[in-house]
Amino acid sequence: MTEVERRTSRPPSTFEWEYAPAPEARDIVQIRERYGLFIGGEEVEPSSGEWLPSISPSTEEHLFEIAQAGEKDVASAVGAARDAFENGWSELAPSERAKYLFRLARLLQERSRELAVAESLDGGKPIRESRDVDVPLAAAHFFYYAGWADKLEYAFPNRTPRPLGVAAQIIPWNFPLLMLAWKIAPALACGNTVVLKPAETTPLTAMIFADICRQAELPPGVVNLVTGDGTTGAHLVRNEGIDKVAFTGSTEVGKLIMRELAGRDVRLTLELGGKAANIVFDDAALDQAVEGIVNGIYFNQGHVCCAGSRLLVQESIYEPLLEKLKRRLSTLRVGDPLDKNTDVGAINSKAQLDKIRELVASGEEEGAEIFQPECQLPERGYWFVPTLFTNVAQSYRIAQEEIFGPVLSVLTFRTPEEAVEKANNTPYGLSAGVWTEKGSRILWMVQRLRAGVVWANTFNRFDPTSPFGGYRESGFGREGGRHGLDPYLRFDE
Amino acid sequence: MSRLSVKKTYKLYIGGAFTRSESGRTFEADGHNVARASRKDARDAVRSARSALAGWSGLTAYNRGQVLYRLAEMMEARASDLEQACTGRDEVESAIDLTVWYAGWADKIAQVLGSSNPVAGPYFDFTIPEPTGVVAILAPSEPPLLGLLSRMLPALVGGNTVVTVAGEANAIAAFELSEALATSDFPSGSVNVLTGFADELAPWLAGHMDVNAIDLTGVESSTAELERAASENVKRVVRSSADARSPWEIAAFLELKTVWHPIGL
Repeated sequence: MTEVERRTSRPPSTFEWEYAPAPEARDIVQIRERYGLFIGGEEVEPSSGEWLPSISPSTEEHLFEIAQAGEKDVASAVGAARDAFENGWSELAPSERAKYLFRLARLLQERSRELAVAESLDGGKPIRESRDVDVPLAAAHFFYYAGWADKLEYAFPNRTPRPLGVAAQIIPWNFPLLMLAWKIAPALACGNTVVLKPAETTPLTAMIFADICRQAELPPGVVNLVTGDGTTGAHLVRNEGIDKVAFTGSTEVGKLIMRELAGRDVRLTLELGGKAANIVFDDAALDQAVEGIVNGIYFNQGHVCCAGSRLLVQESIYEPLLEKLKRRLSTLRVGDPLDKNTDVGAINSKAQLDKIRELVASGEEEGAEIFQPECQLPERGYWFVPTLFTNVAQSYRIAQEEIFGPVLSVLTFRTPEEAVEKANNTPYGLSAGVWTEKGSRILWMVQRLRAGVVWANTFNRFDPTSPFGGYRESGFGREGGRHGLDPYLRFDE
Repeated sequence: MSRLSVKKTYKLYIGGAFTRSESGRTFEADGHNVARASRKDARDAVRSARSALAGWSGLTAYNRGQVLYRLAEMMEARASDLEQACTGRDEVESAIDLTVWYAGWADKIAQVLGSSNPVAGPYFDFTIPEPTGVVAILAPSEPPLLGLLSRMLPALVGGNTVVTVAGEANAIAAFELSEALATSDFPSGSVNVLTGFADELAPWLAGHMDVNAIDLTGVESSTAELERAASENVKRVVRSSADARSPWEIAAFLELKTVWHPIGL
């Protein structure tokens, strides 16, 4: 018998490969000096006369100015949406409504390169992601819901679906165009009109979408866009003319919206924060699991509500898995979002960078062990090195609070029961991951994980046909699939 | 000589047992002294419901359907008692039939509400309904028996555990129903019935961090304050009516879980 050579574990090393810069040309996006509000099919100046600067998080360069919509502007947008709803859109033949949505889908596809570059410039996400994930999925979302517009009666047996009216929609900065699509496509397919507020730091692709609405000859007022900071969102939620609020963002703000709407006859759906467990069993395909863990937490700089921010590793494979993971982390390329080789882009804003830094500092103070690969960061812009914490106790803030950055907390477990217990031990319930080669164990875990989406042997997959949304304090209501229609309909029984 | 009858004591139904209020209080309903639940009783009921959740939701759907059908059988056997506690024979018959109707949904609701999702990639992707958890119900008091059952049955059939509050107008119906529930093979704690004053108990249930959903159908005044309390843990807030009867009533107490798995060799 030959003795099997014992492999010594090498310390993780950074790859010394030189990459030539491969920047995507940015001249495809014609950025204007300032963008007004999109109300009733027209671009209008804010009545407040206030404008906010929008900067690129990767260079800190000033890109353009965006209107700060005040109470009057919001009221005018809601009025335009009401007018469009009552005078045409809700009576339009559903098959015609469908064709408008198909047009929007096609225009998004046609202008996909421009949109991808704009998204990466404005928000800091790698062009590889905006080009391959955000923009194609946004177009697919419109294409999917376009087909539902004239088939709604088949989706809800024994019920007569009717539109709600004016939908107020507030979206976050992590997937600006994709979240716009998740909100607008089902709302319009169901016959509603919308007033959407893009995030303060990432309005650019929404402004291009306004142009796409014009190109599609969408009737004025069907889609209205009001930009601004949190106060604009508050004006929108408080407006008496809305029938529905759809919000994606933090759990904290979601609760405020719930309180604001208490006692009012306004339908609500919330897609809030998460602290997902990504659970790796000892029989998992380790290399695939490592890729899934990396995609789970470092995708989009960790600015993902369903990010796999807590890694739960079965004790017996802790060491080999961590070694592989650390080595893989060292190969991630952090830098220029417009470079096609970039894996991890810029942190979206200074405020978010400060929040990540504060939580990471708390992790170190509470006693967790930090690992960060060697990494050269650009001099200007907002950056955070992909980070991994070991020796994390469940009570640490980095194991409880949503960091919304490229920071992974690693915990261990011995039995499947313990994995379930730890996975469910947060107030959230948005997503979870399970890695094992045993099918029956996957389904056993699926039954017990309190989460709206469970990825088994994969992570961070999205599709317009696949319902997405949370349990518990991660919100309620689903986006995507047939289930995504329900929040935008009432029923005459 | 006529025989002196043995009278009932009207108690709370918590954790599968009939108990007096820990507060020792009672109130009068229909000429009977009925236990008046305190906030401590409400919290005990929530704890019972939480501990019963894994058992009740873990039963097969077929089994849950049979337990609900058994409730209909028990109500049929107690029809004359129930008649005295509500508007009469018609209501009892409707209530029994409603119970049988919902019993049949137990193993069908997932097929109506679930889906297989044709994603654009090599993945098997499906969506299944699951119970939201512990449900607090402020049931409409009219009609007494149907008001209770029209709200409790959709929550129970989906696998949730329940804490129901009944007031002066439906306290006796709630108690008679509890006796039927107690003999229907519901696991202890899966259904809890509190008699008392909704005004007193509702704020504690709405703000309770271990209650996942609250049904405010029976609240006649403004629900704004309760809804604000419910936001504390993002509770699902349900409003419906005593005559609602549809699978969508069940859906209001369900979460949807989407599962992805790659397809490959």
